[in-house]
Amino acid sequence: MGFVRAFLRNPGGMIGLVLLVGVIAVAIFAPLLVPVDPWEMVGAPFEPPLSPDLPLGSDTMGRDIAAGLAHGARVSLAIGLASTLAAVLVGVVIGATAGWFGGLVDAALMRIAELFQTIPGFILAVLLVATLGPSLAHEILAIAAISWPPLARLTRGEFLRLKGRDFVRAAACQGERPAALILRHILPNALAPIIVTGSLTVATAILIESALSFLGLGDPNLMSWGYMVGAARTVIRQAWWTSVFPGAAILITVLAINLVGEALNDALNPRLARGRGA
Amino acid sequence: MTEPVLRITNLSVGLPRGADRAQAVSDVSIAVGANEIVCLVGESGSGKSMIAHTILGLLPPGVTVTGGAVTLRGRDIATASEAEMRSVRGRDAAMIFQEPLSALNPLKRIGEQIAEAVRAHAPATPRAAIRARVDALIAAVGLPDPERIRASFPFALSGGQRQRVMIAIAMANNPALLVADEPTTALDVTTQAQILALIRRLQSERQMGVLLITHDFGVVAEMADRVVVMRDGRVVEQGSAEAVLTAPRDPYTRALIAAVPHARGRASPNMRATPPLLEIEALSKTFTTRQGWFRPARRVVAADAISLTLSAGETVAVVGESGSGKSTLGQMILRLAEPDSGRIRFEGRDLLALRGEALRVARRRIQIVFQDPFAALNPRQRVGEAIARGPMAYGVPKAEAVAEAHALLDRVGLKAGAADRFPHEFSGGQRQRICIARALALKPRILVADEAVSALDVSVQARVLDLLAELRAEYNLAMLFITHDLRIAARIADRVAVMQQGRIVETGPAAALFAAPEHPYTRGLMAAMPGRRLFGGLDAPAPEALTA
Repeated sequence: MGFVRAFLRNPGGMIGLVLLVGVIAVAIFAPLLVPVDPWEMVGAPFEPPLSPDLPLGSDTMGRDIAAGLAHGARVSLAIGLASTLAAVLVGVVIGATAGWFGGLVDAALMRIAELFQTIPGFILAVLLVATLGPSLAHEILAIAAISWPPLARLTRGEFLRLKGRDFVRAAACQGERPAALILRHILPNALAPIIVTGSLTVATAILIESALSFLGLGDPNLMSWGYMVGAARTVIRQAWWTSVFPGAAILITVLAINLVGEALNDALNPRLARGRGA
Repeated sequence: MTEPVLRITNLSVGLPRGADRAQAVSDVSIAVGANEIVCLVGESGSGKSMIAHTILGLLPPGVTVTGGAVTLRGRDIATASEAEMRSVRGRDAAMIFQEPLSALNPLKRIGEQIAEAVRAHAPATPRAAIRARVDALIAAVGLPDPERIRASFPFALSGGQRQRVMIAIAMANNPALLVADEPTTALDVTTQAQILALIRRLQSERQMGVLLITHDFGVVAEMADRVVVMRDGRVVEQGSAEAVLTAPRDPYTRALIAAVPHARGRASPNMRATPPLLEIEALSKTFTTRQGWFRPARRVVAADAISLTLSAGETVAVVGESGSGKSTLGQMILRLAEPDSGRIRFEGRDLLALRGEALRVARRRIQIVFQDPFAALNPRQRVGEAIARGPMAYGVPKAEAVAEAHALLDRVGLKAGAADRFPHEFSGGQRQRICIARALALKPRILVADEAVSALDVSVQARVLDLLAELRAEYNLAMLFITHDLRIAARIADRVAVMQQGRIVETGPAAALFAAPEHPYTRGLMAAMPGRRLFGGLDAPAPEALTA
C-alpha cells in the first residue's frame, strides 16, 4: 500500500518507530525484564550504575532504578494513550457537531472550547488533580480536559472545509443521508490531520503526566518517570543517575512519538506522498 | 526577415525520473520575430508552458534543459546564470500568467507593484519619474482612474483589471518579447476579447514579439501571425496562421480544429407539446455579505425573477459570464442553495416545499454534474462504490447496484476494472465520465450540467459532449446545460437562455438565437467570441456539418 511505503521511506519515522516499539516492549514485559517491585528497597542507597544486581544503580531509598524505569513506562504510555483517546473522542465529536451544524451550535461549542484554551493548560491540570485527588483516573481526566480543544478546532475546520466540497454535495444529491455523508465522505477525508495531531498529543500527554508526578500529583501507588525525577532532584549533584535515566526515558519516548507523528503527517498528506511517486 | 527576437533551436527539457515521460519538451525549434505574434497551441501536458518557463529561466526544481539553445536578442539564455537571467527578465522578455490574482502580491498596492518593476531595472530613477511612469503604464493598458488604481489592492479589482495590471508590469521596461501563458483562460468572453485586443495593440505600438500560449483555437484565429502546434512535448506542425487554420497538414491539428465547437445553433428536433417537466417561476436570490459592523452589507443579486421551463427530453443551455447567477440557478434547482422567493415545480409538485425525507426522495430524479471533476469525486472512495451508493440509498440491493455501476461505467466508455480503482487514477475526462455515470445511476429525468466540460481539453470536451448527446437520447433526459461558452451551448442545446446579472435577458430556440440575437448583451457576447470569423457564427457558414 502506498501509505506504508511512504512511511517506511522516511528515516526519521523509522527511527521513531523502532524506539517506540522498544519502549512499548519494555512496558509490556516489565515484570519479566526486572522482576523487582519498583518501590522495594533492594540495596544500599546511591549505588552507582553497573553495581551487582543494580544495572542502573539505586536511588535515595535504595530502590532499583531499572525497575522504576520499566514500570514507569507502563504508567507513562497508559496515561498518554488513554488521555489522548479520550481527548480525540471528545474533540472529534464536538468539532464534527460544530462544523456540520454551524450557526449557533458552532458558536456555542467554540466558546466552550475557547474557555478551556484561555486558561493555561498545565495550571488547569494541576488544579483538577489537586481538587479531585491524585489518582490514575483523575490524571487521565485532567490531561484529556486540556487536550481536546485543539482537536475539536481542527475537526471543525476540516468539516467546514469539506462539507461545501462538490463531492459531498454530489453525494447529497445522490440521496445519501446525513449520517452517511459524515461517516463515508467527510470523516475519512478529515482523518489524516486528526491522526497526526492525535499522535503528537500522546507525546504532550506524557510530558504533562511527568510534570504532574514531578510536582507530587501523580498516583501515589504507581511508579512514574516524573516522580523519579522529582524525588531525585535534590541529589542531582551526588547521584546524577537517579534523575538522568528517568529524564532520558521521557526524552526518548516523547522524541520517538514526535518522529512517528511527523512521518505520519508526511505519509498521510496526499500531496507530499504523491510528490514522492507513491 | 531580420534576426528574430527569440530563437529556440532543438530545445529539449528533461523531467525528473518517475514522471510520465522522460522529456517535457523534445527537440523543439521556434522563432518569434519582432512585431510578430506566435501562438503556441496544445492540450494540457503538451509541454507548452515548459517552453515559456524555459525562456524566463523559471523551470521548476528537477527540470533541466538537456539540449538545444534558446537565443533571446542574440544572447544564449539556456545556460545563463541566475544573475544574468535577472537582467533578462522584464527587460528583454516579460511574462504574464493565467491567473493574475495569484501572480500579484495580495498585500501590496497596485502602484507599488508596478513601480517595483520599473525600479528593478533602473534603481536610481527619482520618485517623481517613477510615479509618472506608473501613471503612463496604467493609462497604456486602458485602466480607468490611475489615482484610484494606484492605491488599490489586487482583491479590489476585477479579473480583467488584474490582468491589465499584470500587462502593465510586463510592459514596464519595454520588453522585446512578451510571453503570455494562457492569459485569458480565467476570464469571461467579453473581457477576454478586450485583453486580446489590448495585447495586439501594445504589440503593434511597441513592435514587440509575442509568444502567446493557449489551448483555444478561437484565440489562435483571433491573434496569431504564425502558429505552432505541440503534442506530448513535440512540435507537430508550424506555419502561418492562415495555412495552419485553413489547411492543417497534421492529423492531430486537424482533429483539434475539428473539435472546436461551432457557434451555430443546432436545429431543434420536433419538440412535442408535452407539459413542462420543470417550471421555474419568478425565482429570486440575493447574497448578502456583511463587511464589518459599520459598513453597509454587500448585496449581490444572483437571481432576479427568473422564469424558465424545461420539457422532457429537451436541452436548455443557460449562458452567461461569471457572476451572472447561472450556477446559482442550477444549485437552487437541486436545493443546494435556497431561493429567497419564487417557485420551482417539478412534475407538477412544488420542489421548494419539500423537507427532509421527501426532499431526499424527490432529489433522485434531478441529478447534477459539476464543473471540476477533480473536486466532485471523493478521493477515498472507489469509483464503483461512488456510483452504486446512490441507488443503494434508495433501497436498491447492493449486488444489483454494483452490477448496474459496472454496466454504466462500460456505457460511458471506461474499461472493465475501473470500478475498483480510486478517482486519482483517472484523467480529467475520464473522471467527468464517472461523474456522468454516477448521476445516471439514479435514472434521473433532469440532468443539470454545471460547466461540465469547461475544465477539459478541447478534444476531450468534444468527446464528452458527444457522450452527453447520446445519453440524452437513450435516457430521454431533460438537460439544463450551464456554460459560459456560447460555442458549447450552440453545439448541444435545443433552446438557449442568456443570463446577465441574475436576469434572463433573452431566450429562444438555439438556431434562431444564434442566427439573429436580439438583445444587445447577447450580440456583445457573440461579437466577443474569439475566432468567430473562422469557426462560424453570425457571418460565416460553418466549414463542415455538425455531428451533434
